Amino acid sequence: MNAKKLKACQLSCIRDERLLFSELNFTLMSGQVLLIEGANGAGKTSLLRILTGFRKPDSGDLFWNDEAIDDTQEFYQDTAYIGHNNGLKDTLTAEENLRYAQALATTTLTIDDVMEQVGLNGYQETLVRFMSAGQRRRLALARLLCTHKPLWILDEPFTSLDRASIKLFEKFIETHANQGGLVIMTSHHDTSIPHTLLQKIHL
Amino acid sequence: MKQSSLFQAFGAVIKRDLLLAYRHRAELINPLAFFVMVITLFPLALGAEIALLKRIAPAIIWVAALLASLMSIDNLFRADYDDGSLELMVMTPHSLSILVLAKVTAHWFLSSVPLLFIAPLMGLMLHMDSNVIGILLLTLLLGMPVLSLIGGIAVALTLGLRKGGALLAILVLPLYVPILIFASGAVDAAMSGFPVSGHLSMMCAILFLAITLTPLPTAAALKMSLS
Repeated sequence: MNAKKLKACQLSCIRDERLLFSELNFTLMSGQVLLIEGANGAGKTSLLRILTGFRKPDSGDLFWNDEAIDDTQEFYQDTAYIGHNNGLKDTLTAEENLRYAQALATTTLTIDDVMEQVGLNGYQETLVRFMSAGQRRRLALARLLCTHKPLWILDEPFTSLDRASIKLFEKFIETHANQGGLVIMTSHHDTSIPHTLLQKIHL
Repeated sequence: MKQSSLFQAFGAVIKRDLLLAYRHRAELINPLAFFVMVITLFPLALGAEIALLKRIAPAIIWVAALLASLMSIDNLFRADYDDGSLELMVMTPHSLSILVLAKVTAHWFLSSVPLLFIAPLMGLMLHMDSNVIGILLLTLLLGMPVLSLIGGIAVALTLGLRKGGALLAILVLPLYVPILIFASGAVDAAMSGFPVSGHLSMMCAILFLAITLTPLPTAAALKMSLS
C-alpha cells in the first residue's frame, strides 16, 4: 500500500448558530489511528461527516495526499465510512449485503473468509432481520475487511458489540494500521490500541 | 484484488433493488391495485355510456398511471436513506449519477412494466379500439421512464424532510405535464385517424433528454441530503 496522508487545516463547524469547533488542524499518515473524543453533542459526528465529504466545513480545507478533496470520486476510492446506521438491508442475507458492498468497491478477501474472521461463519444465508444488534454491527464492520479501502472513518464502531468482539475489532484496526492503513474513529470506550499508533483529538 | 467496473456496479444496484422488491412482493401489488381501482371508479361515476368512455379512456388511464407512479416513487431513496445504505452508494469511486440511473431503471421496471400488462385490459374495459390501445401502450412505454426519472429528482430533494409526501406531489406533478400532453395528444390523434409519429418523436426526445439530464440533479440532491 502506498503511503497516504489526510490533512485538515483550520476546520470549523457551526450548527444551529452554535460553534462546535474551530481552527482544528491535524495530519494523519499511513499507519496511524486518530481517536476523536468529546462529550455528547461536542461535534464528533459532524467532524466525521466533514471528513467524509458529506458536509462542507464552515471554514478550512481538507487534503488527501496533499491534494484538496474536490474530486470526491478519487477520495471515495480510498475511503470507507461506517456511521450510526449499519447500511445493511434487513431483507437481504448477510452474504448478499457483503456481495453488494464488494460490487461497489475493490474486493480483497472472499466473503466466506471475512465471515469466518468476524465470527459470523454459518450466518451467510441468514437474513439480516434475524440477526442481533451486535451481529449486525459485526457484519457492517466486515465490509471494511472484504473491500480495499485504506482510510476507515468509523463512528462509534463498537456500539452494541460484546467485549470479545471489541477486542477482535481493535485487533483488526491495529493490523490495518500496521499494513499502512489510516483509521479515524470516535469511541466512548477505552481502547487497547497501542499508544504508538494513536493520536487523540479532544473536542 | 479486483476493482469493480462501473458496469458491475450498475448491475449490482439493479440486482439488489430487484431482489429487495422480490422479498417485499406484497408491496408491488399496491400501485397496480391503485391503478385498477382509480380507472374502475370512472365508469361507475360517469355511467356506462360507450361514446363518452371511449373518448376519455386514454386520459383516465394516463392520469391513473401517473398517480400510480407517484405513489411508488417515494420509496426510491427513502429506505436507503433511513438505513444508511445511501451513504455506501455515495462513497464509491463510481459516478453517482450512473448509480442513480440504475436505481431509477429498477424502479421503472418494477412500477411500469406490470402496468403495461394491465393497461390493455383497462382499455378494453373502457371500450377503446385495439389500434388506439396499441398507441396508448407505446406512449406508456416511452412516457413511464420519464416519470420515474423526473420523480427521482423530487424524491432526492425531499429526502431530508420527515413528511415529504405532499410536497413531493406538488413538486412533481407540474413536471409531469409535458409528457402527459404529448401522450394524450398521440392517443387523440390515433383516435381521429391522424398520424402519431410527431407526438411519439417528441416523447422519444423527452425520454432521451430525461435519461441524460435528470441523473445529474438527482445525484447532487442526494449528496445535499446527506450533509
